[in-house]
Amino acid sequence: MLGWIDTLLQGILLGGLYSLYATGLSVIFGIMRLVNLAHGDLIVLGAFLILAATAAGAPLILAFAVVVPLMFFIGYALQSALLNRALGRNILPPLLITFGLSIIVQNGLLETFSADTRRLDIGPLQSASLPLGSGLAVGLMPLICLGAAIGVIVLLNSVFYRTPLGRAFRATSDDVEIAQLMGINNRSIYALTMGIALAVCAIAGFFLGARANFDPSIGPARLLYAFEAVIIGGLGSLWGTLAGGIVVGLAQTIGAHIDPEWQILSGHVAFLIVLVIRPRGLFPRAVD
Amino acid sequence: MRPEANKPAALGEGRHSPRFAVATATRASIIAALAVIPAVLILIALPAFADRALLQELFYVFTMLTLAQLWNLLAGSAGLISVGQQAFVGMGAYALFAFTIIAGLDPVLSIVLAGIVAGALAVPAALIVFRLRGAYFAIGTWVVAEVCRLVLAQVKHLGGGTGTSLPPDIAGSMIGLDFVRHLFRVRGPAARDILSYWLALVLVVGTFILVYRLLRSRHGLALSAVGDSEPAAESTGVDVFRTKFLIYVVTAIVTGMVGALLFLQKARISPDAAFSLIDWTAYVIFIVVIGGIGTMEGPIIGVVIFYLLQYYLAALGSWYLILLGALAILLMLFAPSGVWGVISHYFDISLFPVRRRLVVPERAGLRKESLR
Repeated sequence: MLGWIDTLLQGILLGGLYSLYATGLSVIFGIMRLVNLAHGDLIVLGAFLILAATAAGAPLILAFAVVVPLMFFIGYALQSALLNRALGRNILPPLLITFGLSIIVQNGLLETFSADTRRLDIGPLQSASLPLGSGLAVGLMPLICLGAAIGVIVLLNSVFYRTPLGRAFRATSDDVEIAQLMGINNRSIYALTMGIALAVCAIAGFFLGARANFDPSIGPARLLYAFEAVIIGGLGSLWGTLAGGIVVGLAQTIGAHIDPEWQILSGHVAFLIVLVIRPRGLFPRAVD
Repeated sequence: MRPEANKPAALGEGRHSPRFAVATATRASIIAALAVIPAVLILIALPAFADRALLQELFYVFTMLTLAQLWNLLAGSAGLISVGQQAFVGMGAYALFAFTIIAGLDPVLSIVLAGIVAGALAVPAALIVFRLRGAYFAIGTWVVAEVCRLVLAQVKHLGGGTGTSLPPDIAGSMIGLDFVRHLFRVRGPAARDILSYWLALVLVVGTFILVYRLLRSRHGLALSAVGDSEPAAESTGVDVFRTKFLIYVVTAIVTGMVGALLFLQKARISPDAAFSLIDWTAYVIFIVVIGGIGTMEGPIIGVVIFYLLQYYLAALGSWYLILLGALAILLMLFAPSGVWGVISHYFDISLFPVRRRLVVPERAGLRKESLR
């Protein structure tokens, strides 16, 4: 019994990490209707950039504080220079551009950092845990990660729903042509969106590196978890994405509890089941 | 989307009708059709005078070309952009190993059965992933492929996560092997290469005929309509779901047969190799995109370019992949219709025309012209 409660707790905490992966993807899709196939690799890029900064002697907090805005600018530049040129009704060009980007980032990391597995050194936080009584305990770092996931969503929602800039975001999302008529420059909105998404990728990359080992090849799997969380949660709702991340996290830890080899498989199967019984996700908002 | 074809129709066409006629053939396509027959005959006879290395290279080119033409049918015509075709390659490959090793069936027969297995997988897969649209459909197909990979890694009879090899006596007992051995007076391994080469030739020619006939049929017209706009297709009476479903299952069957043949030739399988995203989907997409998506000529040019790049640059390892990724991005930005798109735009030719053009004959008192 205690084992199961522990499994469920771990699943929810893992879900926090997955919803951090998924938030960026959800924002990009919500505003641009674009699916970024390089998303997972960009999360891993964030982790490697933080690793490189700490290897250069920067304290972890400083590395984090530098890489998050750096990733914002990379996203801004990526959208302005590449993806804004491929806007339009045809979804193939943006999809294939991000697919090419995924291969470039993955192999670029492989050339730069080798295939070795790495981990961010977070000192005593690594093993610190919070006792919950009767033998149960949760790791402090996973708890902080879940808190960060919630914090990011609260922050993004308050930007989207309480600021003039957020109004422009929502207008662009609802109807890009009318938004343009109202004087909104959709291209700069898109560039900002990609910047925000990549900043969240950097945060996700930090927690990825702090919680587990990583190497250049693990990006695509992160993309799939993120994608599953977005679809399970329902398109267009960030809280839904958090719920979706937790569903994937729970499915994976429950599967792993039964047989360690089933961890990843059970996450995918849970996604397919949700797709069959609730094709629009648990908390659908957007029409498309 | 495609450049307008202004070539007059073939001689004689349109004469039967007093006002106009609908034609698909062009002069270039008739010449191409006449040239294809001797070309195929030469390829059939090639084992008589080519060495093994050339046959092995052509085997790879033919299988990749088949996969590319199938992906092109899905993405270029039906608008179904899949990044999960490795599911069917891997499923076909594993089915071949299961039928030959566990059930003791003949490998050539098993290739056909492997196609059926891949088709059977496509049915539930389609029912699930068709709930997703556009780009989300793409990632959905990828999840299906991952599920297949993870499930087959659990099958201990077929080697689990590390994979297994095809016992030499199985590959040595194929139907037709003795015939090839006597015909060319070669030893076992060389005869196997020749047989695999012929099977790959059958698959590539068969796929071209299948796709060409399909696209020129009513179903092909329905398919193009679905690819252009689903609501518009639906409103003109096209059963959108059925059209997409059939095309998805048919391509899965042939993709599965290609997968079975590929791994029969490799004689070694593992989940990572059989369900490789790079080998069976990324390369395939690259071939189609660089050649020209949505045209039957595109994959032919694409596979030649891909083969040359692979031949000269594959030794660069990761840098080779970075180069392919960068090329694909540049192409999408500056020439999204690919090499064949540029050629057919400037020279106005079509070797495999599938578009119906309205041909108005001169007798009707009008200038001879053709419309889309």
